[in-house]
Amino acid sequence: MRQDSKMPVKAKGFGAAGVLPASPGESAVGVSIRGLRHAYGELETIERLDLEVPAHGVLGLVGPSGCGKSTLLELIAGLQAPTQGDVSLGGGVDSSARLARCAFMPQRDLLLPWLSAIDNAALALRNRGVRRAAARREAGELFQHFGLAGFERSSAAELSGGMRQRVAFLRTLIAGKPVLALDEPFASLDAITRAEMQEWLAGALEAEPRTVVLVTHDVEEALYLCDGVAVLSARPTRTVEELSAPNPRAANRDEAVTHADFVTIREQAMQALREAAK
Amino acid sequence: MLPAALVGVLVGAWQVAASTGAIADALNLDPILVPSPAEIAGSLWQNRSLLAEDAWVTLREMLLGLGFAVLFGLAAAVAMHLSETVRIAFYPLIVASQTIPVIAIAPILVVWFGFGIGPKLWVIALICFFPITVNTLAGLRSVDPEAKKMMRTLDASRGQILWRVEAPASLPQAFSGVRIAVAIAAIAAVFAEWVGADAGLGHLILLDNAQLQTARVFAAVFVLAAMTMALVGLLTLAERRIVTWR
Repeated sequence: MRQDSKMPVKAKGFGAAGVLPASPGESAVGVSIRGLRHAYGELETIERLDLEVPAHGVLGLVGPSGCGKSTLLELIAGLQAPTQGDVSLGGGVDSSARLARCAFMPQRDLLLPWLSAIDNAALALRNRGVRRAAARREAGELFQHFGLAGFERSSAAELSGGMRQRVAFLRTLIAGKPVLALDEPFASLDAITRAEMQEWLAGALEAEPRTVVLVTHDVEEALYLCDGVAVLSARPTRTVEELSAPNPRAANRDEAVTHADFVTIREQAMQALREAAK
Repeated sequence: MLPAALVGVLVGAWQVAASTGAIADALNLDPILVPSPAEIAGSLWQNRSLLAEDAWVTLREMLLGLGFAVLFGLAAAVAMHLSETVRIAFYPLIVASQTIPVIAIAPILVVWFGFGIGPKLWVIALICFFPITVNTLAGLRSVDPEAKKMMRTLDASRGQILWRVEAPASLPQAFSGVRIAVAIAAIAAVFAEWVGADAGLGHLILLDNAQLQTARVFAAVFVLAAMTMALVGLLTLAERRIVTWR
């Protein structure tokens, strides 16, 4: 894998307003989960869950591994149907409405190895019937804002982990959906790249707000990126604690995560997580 | 290098054993029934125009038969992948089709279909489509379900998921199915010619066997093997150019 090229930082004007593809039609959509229960046959995955994410809000979900977080994201994205209760994205309740309003970024980048970076990023446009040349042009304009300029033609195997993750994120954004469901997007990265990517995502969301549900097992990541964090229990899942972050998406990540308020909340979240894992 | 050396050693041993009459003595045969590699090479050269003519007939049958086998094999795999009902209905039939003893029912096939190229293509396609279908279907079914989910959230239709994800992902397995098909196409072509033919290497082998022209039998087998190896080589080249991500 190659070394990461210089990361774009907010000062360089990452994703200046209007650069990221706008969500078509509806401008801002919130997520509302009421009385949600989900089971695979006999296996209860989600016991009962109520969560609200306001439009352009960022909600973090942390919990012990195997606690049904990924299932919850798939429910939000319309890939699964609730056993009971409602998942509503701006009033859209059935699976197809949720699929239309939510872009889902899976845990692994899942870049298709037979496509170049730019064709991977442009998948949503191609699926929508945009011709190849036009789709490449549209995706290409965003490549430099993602620190990917010059790598348009590279195959997935030629990109570093951080770059792959950014291509995957660009692919998700280009779908132009108002809600983003992110499943441990940075879990596979090394600590330094992960910190850079967090700062980068924070900048992206400040410049171009979206409604986001972020699943992570990293409490610090959740508290840095999100407005609020819900700590979930082991399966069957319910909410153990809800916390608000002291200074979401601060410009300087290192400063933000070492601030006394942040450390206090992080300890509180860790305590809740320990309880949840019991 | 190693395969070439191995072939050299085997051919040398055969030459010595055959030219001294050791094999014929051991098997209690007339030496004419045990040609040496040198005699086979001589026969290859003497009969070059006859062999070339018959080889062309057989090659054409193999290529056309394989063409149908690939078309039908891929179509069957996609149909069985897209529809559970089709798979449950047809998979046993497709397996059963491989138990048809083509050679044994050859006389009936001649009565039914005559001597033209048509029935030969049917026989070759029938024998060759099976590994293509089975391998391609296995490839289509082993595609990462997460990748398909990802495509659904990017507004992909079923056809787009098939074309952009499942088809490329299963290409390596489809290629290995086609490679097996190519390897057995020569045997299938010989079977097909035994069903009833007036030309082709299989036809020549049949006649020469009856007339104890053993050197020419082996010469024809050699040509058949060379054609198959050339086809497999071409296929490997094509695969390397198409499946660049492996």
